[in-house]
Amino acid sequence: MPDTIKMQVARYRPEQEADLTFEEYEVPCPPDWVVLDGLNYIKDQLDGTLSFRWSCRMGICGSCGMTVNGEPKLTCATFLADYGEGPVRLEPLTNFPVVRDLVVEVTDFMEKLTSVKPWIVREAEKPLSEGEYLQTPEELEAYKQYSMCINCLLCYAACPIYGLEPDFIGPAAIALAQRYNLDSRDEGAAERMDVLSEHAGIWGCTFVGECTRVCPKNVDPAGAIQRYKLTAALETVKAFVMPWSSR
Amino acid sequence: MTERPTHTARPTHTEYHPRWLRPHMSTYWWLKRWAHLSFILRELSSVFVAWFVVYFLMLVRAVNTGAANYEQFLDWSARPAILLVNLVALAFVTLHAVTWFNLAPKAMVVRLRGERVPALLIAGSNYLAWAVVSAGVAWLLLAG
Repeated sequence: MPDTIKMQVARYRPEQEADLTFEEYEVPCPPDWVVLDGLNYIKDQLDGTLSFRWSCRMGICGSCGMTVNGEPKLTCATFLADYGEGPVRLEPLTNFPVVRDLVVEVTDFMEKLTSVKPWIVREAEKPLSEGEYLQTPEELEAYKQYSMCINCLLCYAACPIYGLEPDFIGPAAIALAQRYNLDSRDEGAAERMDVLSEHAGIWGCTFVGECTRVCPKNVDPAGAIQRYKLTAALETVKAFVMPWSSR
Repeated sequence: MTERPTHTARPTHTEYHPRWLRPHMSTYWWLKRWAHLSFILRELSSVFVAWFVVYFLMLVRAVNTGAANYEQFLDWSARPAILLVNLVALAFVTLHAVTWFNLAPKAMVVRLRGERVPALLIAGSNYLAWAVVSAGVAWLLLAG
């Protein structure tokens, strides 16, 4: 195993460049180093001007998503040693505007996420004296997979539909909407349907399936979207056949 | 005191808001990855599904307008070019069907006695139904 590995890192300094350029750095490559360790080595030892986001180093915060050799990856969970002789080519997540170097602008996602109300919606809160909202293990299991999403945006970077149609609400926002729709304590499914059943919602998805493949938390956003398409279609039929029972 | 810059709803390039880089997708983005190419081929398969619908309607019209027209339709269908189009269409329609059947377990979450039915079983039941219907159609055609 080589002692060092070359990292080709995308640079974008808006005050001096109009496009991405690449700089090459040689970093140590111990077997337990992840790509993020290599970036921090560059930042601390070689070039303090490099900008990138990171926080927890353990696949929880979702900050350090980048494109590693063409694949959207969490850099804290991607080992340098897996790239053999190298080089490891690092670029910002695709489909997002680049603010600087490896830092992307994610306001679009944050707005879309809010639009699907990713929280428990209740028509009326029960009084505290009645105690907590209890759930059975089966009720927890119904949504648990979708609750694992860490908003790392790898799914958006992998989705060509989001790249082509920026209005598309996107995989993570729909998976998180499903996380609450399937929660036995939630009563907001009808409100979310207004946003999700639009063209830019679930119907924008043509099931490329790459979002599920790159998801580091096995959330399966593609599955969430296809499931919701079935739900929305059945609701439409129900509203047509039994107009008195809808909503 | 210097005047603060006014911020519009979507600022472009000010001292406090550097110019973002907005990379554009290449027209040929779908050629770079097999997953994207197979997705485009699957989307393209819809054209051939539509072709078979048109072909079927032409067949119905030919049958409906008498034996001579039906014979003429059969002769036209036997032309190498039409045969080739139909063979390609068959390949794409098969791709269309297979990708739909493989999608079924993603869309359908079936629970039996609290356990989620495995994806293989849901897709398998679709394939089984396909085989049974195909065998039924083949029997109908060949037995006659």
